[in-house]
Amino acid sequence: MTTTSAPAPSAADPALDVEGLCVDLSTASGTVRAVDGVSFSVRRGRTLALLGESGCGKSMTALSVVGLLDPAASVTGGAVRVRGEDILRLSPAERRRLAGPVLSIVFQDALTALNPVQPVGRQIGEPFRIHRGLSRREAREKAIELMTRVGIPEPRQRAKSYPHQFSGGMRQRLLIAMAVALDPDVLIADEPTTALDVTVQAQIMRLLRDLQDERDMAVVLITHDLAVVAQRADDVVVMYAGTVVEQGTVREVFAAPRHPYTRGLLDSVPEDAERGQPLPAVPGSPPELSAVPSGCVFQDRCPLVRERCVRERPSLRATGDGRSAACHFSEELDRD
Amino acid sequence: MVTFLRKRILSSAVPLVCVVLGVFFLARMTGNPVDLYLPLSATAEQRAEFSAAQGFDLSVPAQLWNYLVDAAHLDFGTSLRTGQSATEMVFDAFPVTLQLAGVTMLLAITGAVLIGSLAAYRPNSLVDRIASLLSMTAASIPDFWFAVMGVLVFGVSLDLLPTSGTLGGPEIWVLPVATLLIRPFGVLVQVVRGSMVSALSAPYVKIARAKGATPRRVIFGHALRNAVTPVLTVAGDLTVGLVNGAVIVETIFGWPGIGKLMIDSILQRDFAVLQAAVLMTAVTIFALNILVDVCHALTDPRVRQAVPA
Repeated sequence: MTTTSAPAPSAADPALDVEGLCVDLSTASGTVRAVDGVSFSVRRGRTLALLGESGCGKSMTALSVVGLLDPAASVTGGAVRVRGEDILRLSPAERRRLAGPVLSIVFQDALTALNPVQPVGRQIGEPFRIHRGLSRREAREKAIELMTRVGIPEPRQRAKSYPHQFSGGMRQRLLIAMAVALDPDVLIADEPTTALDVTVQAQIMRLLRDLQDERDMAVVLITHDLAVVAQRADDVVVMYAGTVVEQGTVREVFAAPRHPYTRGLLDSVPEDAERGQPLPAVPGSPPELSAVPSGCVFQDRCPLVRERCVRERPSLRATGDGRSAACHFSEELDRD
Repeated sequence: MVTFLRKRILSSAVPLVCVVLGVFFLARMTGNPVDLYLPLSATAEQRAEFSAAQGFDLSVPAQLWNYLVDAAHLDFGTSLRTGQSATEMVFDAFPVTLQLAGVTMLLAITGAVLIGSLAAYRPNSLVDRIASLLSMTAASIPDFWFAVMGVLVFGVSLDLLPTSGTLGGPEIWVLPVATLLIRPFGVLVQVVRGSMVSALSAPYVKIARAKGATPRRVIFGHALRNAVTPVLTVAGDLTVGLVNGAVIVETIFGWPGIGKLMIDSILQRDFAVLQAAVLMTAVTIFALNILVDVCHALTDPRVRQAVPA
């Protein structure tokens, strides 16, 4: 690392600190802002959920943190601090040195995230080859240890198998094994259970939790699943149309949302739905990124909308207890 | 794998027999060799004697039967032209063609993989645009034109390279290989680029990068082997084209390969040699196709598994 003079990170410092992140996406019809001033931070041992519907910018935020954005997208502003330095300003080679030992990621679809033509043992051992310079044989032993840890039966034999020879749940375990290989500070899990059966989902979530406790990792969980957030996360960042609309601890945000969008999401959980009655939903759909309104991003769907919302975009402001929301009228929600 | 090979070889047998029969009949449609080999003043007796000696007096089905019986004993007859055994002539000529094709494809594949991968790593970059332009041009240039221009510029005007023959040092390879190389190279760069672009955007490549893999490791360790299937298929087809279609290059540069042998045999109505040469190329082409399939199985475990054991 270049900045050896940086102060040693203490336990209280966030493992990952994202500040004012902006990502632009070039499309056929021009450049649009896909992520607009997103900030959050997460400490080791804690889990932060990035919650939002498809296209709200949560995955794009995660991919810019690990430096895996598609060529069409580029980070145009903000800072991503890890171990006290802004990794957006590092050279590609310096970022590669952090990829694995400091920052790591698990994807949704483990079948395509594993290389179909390499034995899984070799893929899981690869971080040790890249970062620790282990020999093929030593890396294989490490891979077998990890496979044992994530619960792959007969790991020694299975290390020689190829991804298509595993079930979906086992593949997700392999992917997780690969991601935690070098004990990263921060593990980003991009919808890690979306492609799985419900029973397998629970197993994978438990495995992630155990690994997090054991290795004291900060986890950023990207999801659109409110139940997963409620069960698994400590803090939540609610995203809408590329911006953060609310953030706080899961307990408080879910108990008393201070943004109409968050409340709409929570209200649409079919708790006691009756047959024949339409399920509650947030009316309308999110704006196209090329046509995000100039005032509040949520104005078109908001039940509380009034003239000020069209005129002026609410900034994310603290509402006490370390929470914040981007709504001019968040106090009104409390009174309901 | 053994079952797989046996199946592939057996399934090649039928088309092979068809090729043999086709060539046999087509060759006889080119005319009577007697007219070509005896002087115009030859008497009827002389013509009859020549025909009988070569077996041309028999009916076509009878000639076919004799040919097949002999072929089953690996006797493919003798050349009318030289009196040599046809098998021998083919075995003399074939290595020349194989060497040309081998060297050409080796260079084309290596070059195309390097340049195509570089171009694919950053789509629409300057490198990519230059590579696309070059490969498109290379794939579109007619080989006979390139050969003649090569002879004109490097052989005649600059007097740097020999224009014909197989005697001499490595420089004799330059013009024939360059001529043969240009189209396969152009085509392969495009294929490599295309399949590398899609391989490089796959999630497993992102994961490899998330592990801190260098661009070289990403390209050659992860993406290339996934991208290689279409490349192998096209490379196989192109090699078949080289084995089969080296006629022009061998004729222009005077290389005594199988293409030249075939052309000469057709012009001289040298049926035995023509049949042996075509059979030899056909067998090679079938063998190449099997080789491509084996390569697919070697590079992709999913193909390997799909083959019934």
